[in-house]
Amino acid sequence: MKVKLKIWRQKDARSKGKFEEYELDNVAPDMSFLEMLDSLNQRLIKEGKSPVAFEYDCREGICGSCGMYINGRPHGNDHKTTTCELRMRKFKDGDTITVEPWRAAAFPVVKDLVVDRSAFDKIIQAGGYVSVNAGAAHDANAIPVPKHNADVAFDMASCIGCGACVAACKNASAMLFVAAKVTHLAQFPQGRIEAPERAKRMVAKMDELGFGSCTNTRACEAECPKGITISAIAKLNREFIFNKHNDS
Amino acid sequence: MNKLNAKIPDGPLADKWTNHKAKLRLINPANRRKLDVIVVGTGLSGSSAASTLGELGYNVKVFCYQDSPRRAHSVAAQGGINAAKNYKNDNDSVYRLFYDMLKGGDFRAREANVYRAAEVSNLVIDHYTALGVPFARDYGGLIENRSFGGVQVSRTFYAKGQTGQQCLIGAYSALSRQISKGTVTMYPRREMMDLVVIDGKARGIIVRNLVTGEIERHSAHAVVLATGGYGTIYYLSTLALNSNGSAAWRAYKRGALFANPSFVQIHPTSIPVLNEHQSKLTLMSESLRNDGRVWVPKMKGDTRKPNDIPEDERDYYLERRYPAFGNLVPRDVASRAAKERCDAGYGVGPTGLSVYLDFRDAIQKKGRKSIEENYGNLFEMYEKITGESPYEVPMRIYPAGHYTMGGLWVDYNLMTTIPGLYAIGESNFSDHGANRLGASSLMQTSGDGYFILPYTIADYLADDIKTPKIPTNTPEFDTAEREVKDRIERLMSINGTETATNFHKRLGKIMWDYCGMVRNEEGLKKALILLDELNEEFWHNLKVPDSSNELNQELEKANRVADFIELGKLLVYDALNRRESCGAHFREESQTENGEAKRDDANYSYVAAWEFAGDGKEPILHKEELKFEYVKLQERSYK
Amino acid sequence: MTNIFNSSIGKKLIMSITGIFLMLFLLVHLTVNLMLMVGDGELFNRAAHFMGTNPAVKVIEPLLAIGFVFHIFYATYITLQNQRRRPIRYSTSAFNEVTTWPAKNMYILGLTIFIFLIIHLTNFFWKIRFGTVETITYGNESMPNIYALVSGLFINYWWYGVLYIVGAIALGLHLSHGFWSAFQTLGMNGTKWIKRLETLAYIYAILIGTGFSMIPIYFFLF
Repeated sequence: MKVKLKIWRQKDARSKGKFEEYELDNVAPDMSFLEMLDSLNQRLIKEGKSPVAFEYDCREGICGSCGMYINGRPHGNDHKTTTCELRMRKFKDGDTITVEPWRAAAFPVVKDLVVDRSAFDKIIQAGGYVSVNAGAAHDANAIPVPKHNADVAFDMASCIGCGACVAACKNASAMLFVAAKVTHLAQFPQGRIEAPERAKRMVAKMDELGFGSCTNTRACEAECPKGITISAIAKLNREFIFNKHNDS
Repeated sequence: MNKLNAKIPDGPLADKWTNHKAKLRLINPANRRKLDVIVVGTGLSGSSAASTLGELGYNVKVFCYQDSPRRAHSVAAQGGINAAKNYKNDNDSVYRLFYDMLKGGDFRAREANVYRAAEVSNLVIDHYTALGVPFARDYGGLIENRSFGGVQVSRTFYAKGQTGQQCLIGAYSALSRQISKGTVTMYPRREMMDLVVIDGKARGIIVRNLVTGEIERHSAHAVVLATGGYGTIYYLSTLALNSNGSAAWRAYKRGALFANPSFVQIHPTSIPVLNEHQSKLTLMSESLRNDGRVWVPKMKGDTRKPNDIPEDERDYYLERRYPAFGNLVPRDVASRAAKERCDAGYGVGPTGLSVYLDFRDAIQKKGRKSIEENYGNLFEMYEKITGESPYEVPMRIYPAGHYTMGGLWVDYNLMTTIPGLYAIGESNFSDHGANRLGASSLMQTSGDGYFILPYTIADYLADDIKTPKIPTNTPEFDTAEREVKDRIERLMSINGTETATNFHKRLGKIMWDYCGMVRNEEGLKKALILLDELNEEFWHNLKVPDSSNELNQELEKANRVADFIELGKLLVYDALNRRESCGAHFREESQTENGEAKRDDANYSYVAAWEFAGDGKEPILHKEELKFEYVKLQERSYK
Repeated sequence: MTNIFNSSIGKKLIMSITGIFLMLFLLVHLTVNLMLMVGDGELFNRAAHFMGTNPAVKVIEPLLAIGFVFHIFYATYITLQNQRRRPIRYSTSAFNEVTTWPAKNMYILGLTIFIFLIIHLTNFFWKIRFGTVETITYGNESMPNIYALVSGLFINYWWYGVLYIVGAIALGLHLSHGFWSAFQTLGMNGTKWIKRLETLAYIYAILIGTGFSMIPIYFFLF
């Protein structure tokens, strides 16, 4: 296969970026998208040029490092797939592929396709946890948890923090990310106690960090590589609006 | 003089940890705040250690090379986490878990350490559950367990096929809580470049800021390495691409002993290599062997489609060779059996380097829905990569480098031979012997971080309560920083023609061919020569683009590959030294008539701990004799 | 609750509550309007007279106005804020493949409806309230002949009919997203309900959209 690449190049956070075009032959359909970029980079280095910076680590769709906006879609055109899992067989011979970084005020570009997603960590730090110290837990089976709740919690906790929801949203909102965490932890008796307070603190942090608000376009759930749905956002809204924190 | 004092407490096996804990010194909360601890790595061991030390009130600094602590490679653990809860009432116990691990490790681990890992396993499960980790539950709301390779009880706790991810999210959330409280300071996108030793004690690290390229100094009263394994030495492995052995290697070069480096687990069920550009081998969880049956055609070079091969022409070789454990034999055994069949010409797929893992019978018996419930995400992952659905066609699998049982030598307190330097999780060597059983990794790594290190480190730090903050303007820091900068400068200035990735690929091939699943003296000796040549060429023909004062992923790779080439030699030295087969280490010279591993307890019942003797010099071997007081050494049979 | 409305969810909550209130009003409005197509206009005139003189409606009327103002004000505020969240745009976007057109263009639809609303208010509300509408007497009861006002407008000016149909379509599209979206924001949604709510949204949107469109068509044809 042969592809034409249009890739965003930006030296660092302060520089102005621009698109550059590359042509790549000998692309095997079995290659992952990132392996395709690897081979481009190998060529660029040999030509004495600067390779394209992009993030990756596990290369099996679970660490959440990789993420780029490929032909107008976060993680490309395949359903429930991270960029590292995307295979070149999803493209046609001769295709032009446009690759951009996640674009959001809250995710500034670090270099080329690498963005700074530390805002997600800050949101979790604002309340995305159960306040329990090591050693304070009782037996794991002491509190039964309905299977349904455990399953919902699993689905929500499968968020890998890649940022595709923010990248997809026309408002660059992190609502799905926040909602997944709030919904995850609200499923357990232990996590329930802090649930309303958690929702308030995490949403406040999200607003503060420059993410937009949710306008229910559902683009996030369509692009989430882990298939997290906006039912999470409904749950977050419930927690936020109806459950008052018992602070008296 | 023997450098190695394992400090194993006296007393009966079951009481050792309890007695030891009672004797460990404590530090009062007011003093803890004055003590700095550095933790490198944020996987399950790093996150758990850092959050727990934070909860206890120490002043903790945590480093990771990723952009967020949540991405450490523990995230990719699939199958589960073991604990001796005996929820299934199948007569499981701490002792049995201990025994299974010790036997699974082919009697090359310390009894006391393994027993303690089993002992704290239950606490780990309780803690994760409290943190909100959604382990699989039955309709009664209680936790489900499944069975794993190498054992006959069901003691594995799991969350579908992404247990590591779910546990790491729990550990990361606890870490985040401490960061918000200010007890822990997080330094992401930092790579540890060197260890700083002052007056014989580990007192700090030098890191490179991966975004700006700045070299930073960080000091502390103690340093904890939680930097994982070095399985990417094979280039293609199941590990994250950036996982590396550099932190441990730096520690080794500063005086920490490296134990059993050649004990590397080759995981039997990975998706085979599809093309030459491949950067990674994706693991398919061992749990699949609960329901999948492994087979190859009985006819050599059979090119029929798998579903067209009738039942009586299939060779279910694991069931045939190991009737008692069948498809659930331990990983090393399953890997070698697959290699044996493929080498004999029965392998399938375009390269002939794969075997089938077939779910046809399980789907017929339990229904597609049940299989989907347990392995849905793995099947999806497989289909995405290969374009084939395992519901319709058997999976094709082949062994891949996975886990390193070897690592920095630590005593019972998890301290290396450098005072104040600790190694936890996969980066140490202590609990898995020569082979790790499935689902024991999450268990050990979390146990180390939550319930062992926080106790033992206090005993060391108790001497330091009057030591003020360690200054970073000492000559030791100066030297270490200069050496780091020199090395980077050297790497940047070679300006050859070959990329770090290419060198890494070539290193991987040498290691896989001569120090992989099967080793022999001739091959290992050849590997030493090849590695020297590769090293020479690396330092003369490497090409690193761009500059060192920016985000430069090629420089990161070059740094790691340089260390890997040296580490590769240590693996080979260790494999050469151990003229027996045990666990994952299979020396062709030492096998039974049936081709099973043959241990030599009389001569090799020891931990091989290697000391750095200087660049270009052969490392010095130290032996820690393994004493087995509570189990009888026997042939490890799964027949 | 003090600062709930300062948060992003709180602002959306205002959109949701005012939206639901406006949707209820639309139902009542449509019910009355559909009477235009029944008989010679007496039923409609009586209904309109009832609505115009009922004390309860007098109370609700300012609330409705406030609802409109809040809905419009917050929509503008949120839209302006959200536009700043992505300072550098994507060069290509396949956004339309993953979301509906109305969902993406709620504010543009809203603006269209707002412009229509002003025309609509000057056409009718203003005239009825402050202008002179001829009266008609049924039995011994006199009331303004709004039927004549409406029919006169649509019969004499065909392009008003077209304008009202455009307004109704914009409204229908706006509601096809706004209806379920309002419940989602209130948290009244879930994996099962999302499909049901969406279906209800489409039914409601079609009802309102075609319902209001039918009136000019009716006067144009008959």
